[in-house]
Amino acid sequence: MPSKNEILDLYFMDNRHKLIDIAAFLDRLDRHDGDADFRHPAFLQALQAMLAPGDQSRAEAVLNALSDHSTEPIDKATIQGAVGACPPAEKQ
Amino acid sequence: MKYIEPHAHMVSRTTDDYQAMAMAGCEIICEPAFWAGFDRTSAQGFYDYYCQLTQYEPARAAKFGIDHYSWLCINPKEAEDSGFAREVMQIIPEFLDKPNVLGIGEIGLNKNSKSELVIFEEHVQLALSHDLPILIHTPHLEDKRKGTLLILDALKNARVDPSKVIIDHVEEHTIKPVLDAGFWAGMTLYPESKCSHARAIDMLECYGMEQIWMNSACDWGVSDPLAVVKCALEMRKRQHLEQTIQKAIYDNPKQFLSQSKHFKA
Repeated sequence: MPSKNEILDLYFMDNRHKLIDIAAFLDRLDRHDGDADFRHPAFLQALQAMLAPGDQSRAEAVLNALSDHSTEPIDKATIQGAVGACPPAEKQ
Repeated sequence: MKYIEPHAHMVSRTTDDYQAMAMAGCEIICEPAFWAGFDRTSAQGFYDYYCQLTQYEPARAAKFGIDHYSWLCINPKEAEDSGFAREVMQIIPEFLDKPNVLGIGEIGLNKNSKSELVIFEEHVQLALSHDLPILIHTPHLEDKRKGTLLILDALKNARVDPSKVIIDHVEEHTIKPVLDAGFWAGMTLYPESKCSHARAIDMLECYGMEQIWMNSACDWGVSDPLAVVKCALEMRKRQHLEQTIQKAIYDNPKQFLSQSKHFKA
C-alpha cells in the first residue's frame, strides 16, 4: 500500500485545485445578488460535517449532511430529478 | 487488460464506444433496462426496447468481439403510474428466455415514492417467481440514503437470497448496510456524480474485495464508457496487485453474473 507521502504525490495537486474551486464558488455566491436557496446553507453544513465528522469518515459525513433523513415513502413523485441537497422540511 | 463492464447503457452510445471498449480489453457488457431520458407513452414502446436489448444490441456488440447481456424491467422513473408499469411488466416474461437475458433490473427507487416502492416489490416477486438474479438502482444524490434503506427493508420482507442481488450506485454512506446485509454492492464511476475512481478504490480498501464490482453506467448523460479500465489503471498507481485488479474488474462480476443460467464466460 502507498505511504501517506505517496498518496500526497498522487492526489495533492488535484485536491488543491478542487479546494480552491470550492473557495471561489463560495466567494462567487457571496458576490452575486439575490437570496440563495437551501442549497447554500446545506453546502456550508456539509463543509462543517467534513471538518467534524464524528465517528463517520469525512466522505460519509458530507454525504449524510446532504441526504434526506426522512424514513417514509413520499405520497407521489412530482419531479424525476434530484438537486443534491434537501429542502429543510424534508430533512427532519 | 481483460475486464467486464457489468452496467452500461449501450443503446445510448456510439459504435466508436464499442470499438474503444474492445480495444481496452472489454470482453463482456451487461446492459440493464433504464429510463431513455424521456417517458415512453405506451407498453409497445417498451416491447420495442426489449427487442433492442435482446436482439439488436447483442449483434452490435458481437461485431467487436464483445458478448452482450441484458437485464429487463420498467425503471423506477417510469413507475409512478403503477397501472402503466404493470402493463409493461406483463410483457417482460416473454423475453426472459432470450439467450442474453440475465435477470430483472435495474429496478429500485428514484424519488422514494409509494408507487415506486410497490412496483419495485412486484419486480422482486417477478424475479423470485422465475428464480432470477436482481440488479437494483439506488436513487440519486439526496435521495440515495433513504432509498437504499427502504430497498433493504423491502428485500428483507421479501426474503430474497441476498447473494443473488446486487445493489448498485453505492457510495460511502450506503455501502456498509448493503454489504452487512449480505448483498452485492456496485460502485458507479461517474465524472460528475456518484463515485470518482479514487473514492471507489478507497471503498475497496476500506470494505474489502468481496461481493463488490465497479461499472461505468455509461448512458446518454455525462459518463465515460472506459471508466472501469481507467479505474483499474488508477488501482495500479495505488500499488494494488494485478490479481487484485483482476478480481475487481473481471472475477467478481463473473462470479455474480454466473448465477444467471444464461451467462457464459
